[in-house]
Amino acid sequence: MTAPFLRVRNMSHDFGGLRAVRDYNLEAGSGQIRGLIGPNGAGKTTIFNLITGIYQPTEGEILIDGRNINGLPSHRIASLGVSRTFQNLLLWRHMTVIEHVKLAHYSKIRYGLFAAFFGTPGYHREEAEIEEKAGRLLDMMGIRHLADQVVLNLPYGAQRRVEMARALATEPRILLLDEPTAGMNPEELAQIMEIIRRVHGELGLSILLIEHRMKVVMELCSIIQTLDFGAVIAEGTPEEIQNDPRVIDAYLGKERAT
Amino acid sequence: MERGSGARGERVRPAGRYFRTTFSRVPLLGWLAGILIAVTLERLAGPPLALALGLQKVPVLFGFVIMLKKPALIPSAVLYVLLIYVVPTAVVTRLSTSAANRLAGRLVRLPMAIPVAVHLALLYAALHLWAGISDYRVLVLRLTLIAVMVTLSLNVINGYMGEFSCSHPGFMAIGAYFASVFTVGLFVNDQFFGAVFLPQAWGPFLFPVALILGGFVASFGALAVAIPSFRTRGDYLAIISLAFLFIVKSLIENLEFVRGPRGLSGQPDYADLPTVFLWTVLCVWSINNFVRSTVGKALNAVRDNEMAAGAMTVDTRRTKIVAFLFAAFWAGVAGGLFAHVLRYVNPSTFGIQKLAEVLAMVYFGGLNSVYGSIVGAVSISLLGEALRPLEIFKWIIIPLLLILVMIYRPTGLVAFKDLDVTALLQPKRNTEEEA
Repeated sequence: MTAPFLRVRNMSHDFGGLRAVRDYNLEAGSGQIRGLIGPNGAGKTTIFNLITGIYQPTEGEILIDGRNINGLPSHRIASLGVSRTFQNLLLWRHMTVIEHVKLAHYSKIRYGLFAAFFGTPGYHREEAEIEEKAGRLLDMMGIRHLADQVVLNLPYGAQRRVEMARALATEPRILLLDEPTAGMNPEELAQIMEIIRRVHGELGLSILLIEHRMKVVMELCSIIQTLDFGAVIAEGTPEEIQNDPRVIDAYLGKERAT
Repeated sequence: MERGSGARGERVRPAGRYFRTTFSRVPLLGWLAGILIAVTLERLAGPPLALALGLQKVPVLFGFVIMLKKPALIPSAVLYVLLIYVVPTAVVTRLSTSAANRLAGRLVRLPMAIPVAVHLALLYAALHLWAGISDYRVLVLRLTLIAVMVTLSLNVINGYMGEFSCSHPGFMAIGAYFASVFTVGLFVNDQFFGAVFLPQAWGPFLFPVALILGGFVASFGALAVAIPSFRTRGDYLAIISLAFLFIVKSLIENLEFVRGPRGLSGQPDYADLPTVFLWTVLCVWSINNFVRSTVGKALNAVRDNEMAAGAMTVDTRRTKIVAFLFAAFWAGVAGGLFAHVLRYVNPSTFGIQKLAEVLAMVYFGGLNSVYGSIVGAVSISLLGEALRPLEIFKWIIIPLLLILVMIYRPTGLVAFKDLDVTALLQPKRNTEEEA
């Protein structure tokens, strides 16, 4: 693959008079784990929402496999191979774990409405296939035993895994993880890092990671972008970022200036 | 259905657990057999027993009407219900438990269609025998089955999809009028639509065509609501669908070729009990298939979090429109049946009061649940009939009940429960041994 799978060129986004994202560029999708860090309100999640079609960029363009996806509805972008998790766990509260993962196969379903209404043999065959695929993902996340639980009753760490399994079920080429370790204890943290490594290793997925915990970012990512007030202020390897004065300024304030 | 044994178990405290463990082992097949025996018994011994107990005739609706009209007869009516329904059902199910379990076990090993057909045949036989005793029962039963169809189809929108639609009576009206014009125009000598067009013997065979076309026309009407209201979420659907209901109603009132507000009569008697029963089964089956499929689960996802549904490749707009049209289709079919049961329709039938009734059934029975819709439609229909002697107080008692349900079970009596046909038909063996 020559061109990167996901390319963002000169993207900006305004909320009313506020420029939330300023002239953002990204090339991702060649199998790396990339990090996106920055203080609260820097525009990280906005960038995810722009890439997944929840917002439309004010300026600039987003290309998937060289194709401009501006204006496509989010389900179309998702079925092109961009999947994501949400910062505040947007699960479907009345559905079971396995139903979450099955539903994320939606765009792959071949049977028609008629088959769904009348339960034709083709429908049953395909539902069984989907169920099996979903089961494998649950195994991978280590939540097979929770398959028939309603997500609302699950502990937080398990809910995070359900969301991850669901995101993987869309069979993405690139996975956007929005603070996957938020609110986790050290034990859960180690487990989720292990899962991210496995997803990256076994499925060969590119991952774009928003994260606040420096330990996670520094260990997992090969390239990190730092965002402040909607603009990229630094980009580089973990070592470069750790020692970059602009990054330290953004996080800790301009100590040296005072 | 008659679940008198449960109530009995409550009353006899020490034996309560005995009853519960005993009857929890009865498979569906056993219950159906018990009810079938009970209604057969009523057929044979009902009238003489009613006379012997001092009731003038067989109580048509489990004695409710008699009890409300003449309180002095309450003991007789209760005794009648006990002797005819409760005791025979309980005894038969108790005695036949192991046999029914064995039979059910053998049946479920056959291809699914066979046990399903056997259960449905038993259910139909029981309903047929029960209703056969009076025309009133046949009418109530047919209207109840139609109410089940309407309630379930509205539940797809208001429960499974979590939007609020008010246009269901409108879809019913479209289906009712379309099917009526079809049958009256083709098979009846009518002053408006002229002489018979096709041989009358074809009528019953073309009746399904009329119903299905009526359903499609209702779906087409639904498109007019769906396209503007599913651009975004929110209250738009409620407002647009309410407007749609009024438009349909006043449109029909002003259409002279269906005789405007005077209503259309003379529909042939095609909607007999077996026809209505078959259509109801078809409706419940297809809706249940749909909502349990992955495509149908997308409705729940759209309801619980639309943004996440979109991010997981679900085409939310298509999902909503499909479900809305599908629900409108079944409302249209139900409307067609309704017109042929009453053999008269007029536009004022399909107004706000009908809407309130259907909404009450949906929310009383339970959202997001096929069982709930059946329970809601049957209980509100039967309550409406049973409380008829109270006249105006009926409209106080039913809303009060609704308020109580909303307080204690905000999502309805049997909400969020999947109807798994395979599980339902299984024999029940593995419960604890009785002491």
